[in-house]
Amino acid sequence: MNRYPVRLALVLAVILGLAALPAASNLDAQGKGTIKIASQSPLSGGQAALGEGIKLGVQLALEKLKGGLEKRGFKVELVPFDDQAKPDVGVANAKNIIADKDIMVIIGHLNSGVAIPSSEVYKEVNLAMVSPANTAPDVTDRGYKNIFRVCGRDDVQGPVGAEFAKGTLKARSVYIIHDKTTYGQGVAEFFKADAEKKGIKVLGFDGTEEKSNFDPIITPIKAKNPDLIYFGGIYEQAGPFFKQAREKGVKSKFLGPDGLDSSDLARIAGKAVVGMYYTSVAGPASLYPQAKQFAQDFKRKFGRNPEPFAAQAYDATAIAIKALEAVTKGGKAPTRDAVTSAVRDVKYAGITGTVEFDDKGDPKKAVYLVLQVGSEDPAKWNDNKAARILTIAAPRKK
Amino acid sequence: MIRATLAVGVVALSTWAVAVFPRSILVFLLFQGSLLWVYLARIPRWLRATLLAAALLVLMPLIGSFNGYYLEVATQVGIFVALALGLNIVVGLAGLLDLGYVAFFAVGAYSWAIFGSPQANQIFGGGFPLAPGWFYVFLGVGLCVGAATGVLLGLPVLRLRGDYLAIVTLGFGEVIRVLANNLDKPINFTNGPKGITPIARPPVPFGLPYSEAFYFLVLLIVCVVVLVNRRLEDSHIGRAWEAIREDELAAQAMGVPLVRSKLLAFACGASFAGVMGVVFSAKQIFINPESFTFLESIGVLAMVILGGMGSIPGAVVGATVVTVLNLQVLKGFSLWLNELKNAGVTVFGMSLADLPTQLEPAKYERMIFGMILVLMMIFRPQGILPARRRARELGKP
Amino acid sequence: MDFQLLVDIFPQVLLDGLILGFMYALIALGYTMVYGVLEFINFAHSEIFIVGAFAGVEILLGLKGAGWLDGLPWPLVLLLLLLAGMAVSGLLAVTVERIAYRPLRSAPRLIPLISAIGVSFFLQDLIRLVESIWRNAFNLVYPTLDALNLRFELTETIDVSVKSIVVIVAALGMLWVLHLLVNRTKIGTAIRAVAEDQAAASLMGIDVNRIISLTFFIGGVMGGAAGVLFGVQYGLINPYSGFIPGLKAFTAAVLGGIGNIPGAMLGGIVLGLLEAFAASYLSLLTGGAFGAEYKDIFAFSVLILILIFRPKGLLGEIVRERA
Repeated sequence: MNRYPVRLALVLAVILGLAALPAASNLDAQGKGTIKIASQSPLSGGQAALGEGIKLGVQLALEKLKGGLEKRGFKVELVPFDDQAKPDVGVANAKNIIADKDIMVIIGHLNSGVAIPSSEVYKEVNLAMVSPANTAPDVTDRGYKNIFRVCGRDDVQGPVGAEFAKGTLKARSVYIIHDKTTYGQGVAEFFKADAEKKGIKVLGFDGTEEKSNFDPIITPIKAKNPDLIYFGGIYEQAGPFFKQAREKGVKSKFLGPDGLDSSDLARIAGKAVVGMYYTSVAGPASLYPQAKQFAQDFKRKFGRNPEPFAAQAYDATAIAIKALEAVTKGGKAPTRDAVTSAVRDVKYAGITGTVEFDDKGDPKKAVYLVLQVGSEDPAKWNDNKAARILTIAAPRKK
Repeated sequence: MIRATLAVGVVALSTWAVAVFPRSILVFLLFQGSLLWVYLARIPRWLRATLLAAALLVLMPLIGSFNGYYLEVATQVGIFVALALGLNIVVGLAGLLDLGYVAFFAVGAYSWAIFGSPQANQIFGGGFPLAPGWFYVFLGVGLCVGAATGVLLGLPVLRLRGDYLAIVTLGFGEVIRVLANNLDKPINFTNGPKGITPIARPPVPFGLPYSEAFYFLVLLIVCVVVLVNRRLEDSHIGRAWEAIREDELAAQAMGVPLVRSKLLAFACGASFAGVMGVVFSAKQIFINPESFTFLESIGVLAMVILGGMGSIPGAVVGATVVTVLNLQVLKGFSLWLNELKNAGVTVFGMSLADLPTQLEPAKYERMIFGMILVLMMIFRPQGILPARRRARELGKP
Repeated sequence: MDFQLLVDIFPQVLLDGLILGFMYALIALGYTMVYGVLEFINFAHSEIFIVGAFAGVEILLGLKGAGWLDGLPWPLVLLLLLLAGMAVSGLLAVTVERIAYRPLRSAPRLIPLISAIGVSFFLQDLIRLVESIWRNAFNLVYPTLDALNLRFELTETIDVSVKSIVVIVAALGMLWVLHLLVNRTKIGTAIRAVAEDQAAASLMGIDVNRIISLTFFIGGVMGGAAGVLFGVQYGLINPYSGFIPGLKAFTAAVLGGIGNIPGAMLGGIVLGLLEAFAASYLSLLTGGAFGAEYKDIFAFSVLILILIFRPKGLLGEIVRERA
């Protein structure tokens, strides 16, 4: 035992020496005139692909749009955090974020389960959080002044799908599958409620955490032969499901929410998803010219196609930068309170339509598109055509 | 005398450093290291106790008021220390490998979450949430529910040994998580993956801010848990556990009641997790099943073994090291690299700003954590602070 | 409740369960081989398994990129994939043993377990790092081989694809080879001797370290083959997708009686069938109150029940408490 203090002393000495380094760089970075934008999303673990998409969307927007702020003499930096899709890590990061006085806006998260406890922390200092992906109603329904989102809400997107299923597809029966996450189950439940109201027969409502083997789920679906299959979830899971379903000879039409909006879905499922419909607020190139530009920029910079919610992350960042520009007019240093109230006043036409926030932080009027996959070639994902366009305001709190 | 001065000096120096550089994570690490130093240094007991008490009761909250992040780290360290101490009883003392320990934590968390939020209205009709004051009652409820779940798990698996026990506890942990994820129908108990919010927070005396209040509450619980552990370790029952761990047959032959001892081990270990679950749910305001995955159980097990199986200071240090590593050191490291990148520092003639995004340091925190686990096991298999008896067994002089 | 429907889909569900079961069985062999010799759960086996899948997909994508894929007969392509997967996983397993487990052989049993968990974390993100640099994506898709996707419709509701048959044939073949290797060859005798008593085996002139390396190699080879078949069967792999099948396969190994090779096979099939029937039938039988999401609970509950009545697994030997 007696050797410990000696060894410990050595270790402490080394740490003390090292401590000078980041401390110095910290002081340097805290000089007047740095504005930091933080992102929080899972960068490691099973949900890393989506989380990374969000981070890259933020990074792209920052690099393209920070010029205006830099002209006013500010240094603009991105601070990416990895929340590991875990609520406790997200909260610890959030505390770290609010302790850094230069961070003016946070773009995140991927999971509503991480966003809700973390936003309780942001609220303490009125730090604006602009969410690219949290569709659960609870995120904004708590009525916090500092929480915004550019994505849709489950209780809007589900009914949009149901409206399309009834009105355009004339489906008489539907089988609903979801992925047992906040997102997938949330949107699937709202779809189910609305579909039943509209008189579509729901033949089954199943959740599964399975990622690879869908055989046992497909067998009863095939036997019941529904007109339509609704998949509430993310493309990584939906891809193998659709592929295996078609291989097993299921003939039903496919429909899903914006988690399916990825060219990777075509890469995974190939011709199985040709003709599939999905609802999204992010528009195709034919409708929004900026969307084409975004897809090209993303591909050029990172060498691959954007994941779902990357476009939303880009827009969220663009809104944050607009708010920062409004606040820093005349070279004034921004404050968190000022930025938060400026975000509420932003009106911005982006890749995901024109965003304007209501008093809860939801987009006032969301334009929902129902798109149809046109080709099995992932490169042509952006040419998907809109089958229907619906404009819907966010529901008021009950 | 020199040592005593040195110990006081180290604590004072590191506190001063934290005050000067409130954002430097390494300096905070220095402060944490100095506490370990004080614990290990050969100084009079009263001095050690005073220094530790001063650091944990006064300095830590003070630092926390500069930088709330550190207080959050300290609070989470406390939560995991209690979990590690609970698992230490089951795995370290009684030698029963439990791979589903986080289930007890989940049961505790959900017990307060359901009744401390409007969620219970879905089951009983109305009258909820309970008044925030009930939180303190639920600390006891969490304890009992945790212990009861422990006995429930313990009963059917008493006949199993070794890895068969491990797989059953693993299955049990998964069953609890999947139940929490699915019991939103036919009757809505847990609200499924959407989780429960808002969970009431307890009334706090003296108008303390919540983060400080939770820190003190967690600290208090940890102290109680450590005390209970120390009393248990040297008690009749603690010796019975260790006898079972070493040789079940011999223990039985010596008159150790196997069934009762094993059940007690499960119940004790689980009850700590139950209490902490209640605290966790109130602290987070929101819980959903994502907090209670198999990986969390593995994490707590890693803490126990990293610290030194069967050793109380070991479990405390193990939990601290793993939590600090994950929340602070690895995060701090990637933030630091990110700062270097933003500042455009060049290494070997290549500007870090041009680093391809595939090599983003924040993505590889878990990889480094895995590497550290392997290295720790290879170079220090007995753990950081091994139990004295086990250290002797391993025969290192 | 539609009784006719339940009857109609029964054979299909049985078939689905068998395919899944053979997949688990192949992975479970890796756990059981290592456990039989060292009494240690190789937690990193799920990553060794998925590395095999990645080796296979790289070969396949390489062939496709070179334009040779259409020219070669599919059994040859499949054989090539299997060999690549087996070689890479086998070597990886040996390397992991050499670096992370051998120094810990005399330590208490939980120490190598934690080391294995560390290796598991490390390998997951290492695969990701390598693939993100090499392909700029770590979700890889197995290009479809059309011949493997052919399906035979037996009745209106039942059909079977070539690749499912391949999985079953490959699994049975490998079990048979493994059985011969362990029971009929000198190497097998040496492995069994080391499993029985390491010290005695080394006194009899057996190089214990070499035999243990070999055991890991064989386990890795099985895992690699399983990985390739997994990729061919289900299509999409990522560095984290080995974890859950690995956990299930480990469960299967325990269910059958860990350390017992036919037991792993039986355990895999039982678990596969349980899961398939739960996922297909729970929702139908309960009218939607409990659905496919309960399949894991169902499988684990049965596991617990079986272990209560047979504490050493289905085929585990009931040894007297150590005398």
